[in-house]
Amino acid sequence: MTLNRRAFIGTTAAAAATLTTPMVRAQGRPRVVVVGGGAGGATAARYIAKDSQGAIDVTLVEPTRTYYTCFFSNLYIGGFQEMADLGHGYGTLASDYGINVVHDWVVGVDRDAKTVALASGGALPYDRLILSPGIDFVEGSVPGWSIENQDEMPHAYKGGTQAELLKAQVMAMPEGGRYAMIAPPNPYRCPPGPYERITMVAHALKQNNPTAKILIVDPKAKFSKQALFEEGWQKHYSGMIERIGPDFGGDNVEVDPAAMTVNIDGVVENVDVCNVIPAQKAGRIVHEAGLTEGNWAPVEPESMRSTMDENIWVLGDSSSQGDMPKSGYSANSQAKVAAMTIRGELTGSNVFPARYSNTCWSLIATDDGVKVGASYEPTEEKISSVSSFISQTGEDAALRRQTYEESLGWYSGITTDMFG
Amino acid sequence: MANAAARHIAGLVWAALLAGAALADEEAVPIGDADRGAELYTQCVGCHQVGRDAENRIGPHLNDLFGRRAGAIDGFRYSEGLARMGADGLTWTLETLDAYIENPRALVSRTRMAYPGMESAEDRADLLAYLRQFSASPANIPEAEPTAIRREVDLPPEVLEIAGDPAYGEYLSAECTTCHRRDGASEGIPSITNWPEEDFVVAMHAYKQQIRPHPVMQMMAGRLSDEEIAALAAYFARID
Repeated sequence: MTLNRRAFIGTTAAAAATLTTPMVRAQGRPRVVVVGGGAGGATAARYIAKDSQGAIDVTLVEPTRTYYTCFFSNLYIGGFQEMADLGHGYGTLASDYGINVVHDWVVGVDRDAKTVALASGGALPYDRLILSPGIDFVEGSVPGWSIENQDEMPHAYKGGTQAELLKAQVMAMPEGGRYAMIAPPNPYRCPPGPYERITMVAHALKQNNPTAKILIVDPKAKFSKQALFEEGWQKHYSGMIERIGPDFGGDNVEVDPAAMTVNIDGVVENVDVCNVIPAQKAGRIVHEAGLTEGNWAPVEPESMRSTMDENIWVLGDSSSQGDMPKSGYSANSQAKVAAMTIRGELTGSNVFPARYSNTCWSLIATDDGVKVGASYEPTEEKISSVSSFISQTGEDAALRRQTYEESLGWYSGITTDMFG
Repeated sequence: MANAAARHIAGLVWAALLAGAALADEEAVPIGDADRGAELYTQCVGCHQVGRDAENRIGPHLNDLFGRRAGAIDGFRYSEGLARMGADGLTWTLETLDAYIENPRALVSRTRMAYPGMESAEDRADLLAYLRQFSASPANIPEAEPTAIRREVDLPPEVLEIAGDPAYGEYLSAECTTCHRRDGASEGIPSITNWPEEDFVVAMHAYKQQIRPHPVMQMMAGRLSDEEIAALAAYFARID
């Protein structure tokens, strides 16, 4: 295969970033640029760098210097995790793996020239490009809500600052006040996430404000782990939680952030905290690169390669691949398949049949954890689920505690797998 | 793992292997040809509606059929036989639907479904591939019924003697290290580094044969071939 060694357009930002890596840039090495340093991007960058042992030049572009995982942010809201413990730096990827970590935004992809443009003005050439930017919100999906007033009605669905804001608002609710969640339509990041959020808000309120109420406005008739969550709500938070599904107008909702009201199918309700989780779509850069059909980027099931550009892979939440849920675990699993196929193309290393898996743990109350998972394999038209499991209702306390402890182990495992 | 327990499981695993129960080399295939299934569905449409606005008619509607407890639609009057099977735990999956469509009365003895049965396994697979499209997708509700099946092949029993390839094991280990840390730290999830290879192989087969109960490990081990288990054992035994 041909490797295009393109004249590198040195700019201040890119050049400065280059200096931070101790590795001497070997001329002529194939280049992989990874956009987004989360479960998909960080994992892919690390595996390509680790397994190619210097044969591939890996650049990771991520705007934040400390990445706060969205997974486990609900446990922070419930008081089970400190925000500081959910933050991860990129130093080890730079120092131990020789990855060129560039803290910048990618604002454009030139698919003909095979370069990505940075917000600071530079450009990075690539032979293979990985886009793993996570989600953006569909504007107008909840009438009355926009990014402009996300401080009044937080989404708290990208981790970090917004989760801190939502928790502060929950803790400041008046006695006997009301928390509302506008749940998102399918498909969205982390299918059990909104409902674990409800249990964690209920847990925090039960201790600090036990007469407070929780209202879920939901456009979906049913949701992930529903029987498990409903059992847990009955057992631990009886009388606190009410859910309005589409049969009672949960799919016809507007909000007014200034008045702090929610209009559900024509009935206006006053609320004290309103957690709006809008409809979702692939991160902006994937749309800008012209790789989407509708809201998501279709990919080949056996590799996670974009169906629209043979040099670009799309990982994690932004991709449309079939049966895998949008989750950090899924993105991490997909990243390893992508890393293997890209290395195979660039260095001739072995490419084995893809295999994917996912598990999602949720916490219902102290030491009451549940999980759902599946394994997946590529079929002709999509990534298909081939087996699955889920925790059962009525499990004993010891098993639930073990499941929770296992989720802590998973967090430790996956963040080590991402950041080294 | 206690050695006595390991030997005991080894005995069980050997017994299972000798019984020809070892399955490996899986490869996912779609359930069937959904377009062909749509044509076959014309045999059903006199009694069952499916799709947007489908309602109960002579038979119940078939939306969200996969994963549904048998006899569970509110407002439909089921035969006593079907209602009892549902109460006893019958859930509609690919396997149970396949058996029911092949011969309704063989599965549910007093069902009212007046359908003689679909003889061809291929026809049934195509019909079920069509009907699967009207149930929740794993992408939206991860615990939804699988959308593909695994082709499985019997293997001869010389399993514990396989010399694992640690390089292949290193590649395969990427799937383990999402949870199990490569540095051997154990925080809620056990360390799997530096085990005697035989103990590792025995443990993985015990999960694969579902003798050990952990569902994540049953799923992970379930699709590893005997060579792959040996390779992982070789890799994790030699890790620094």
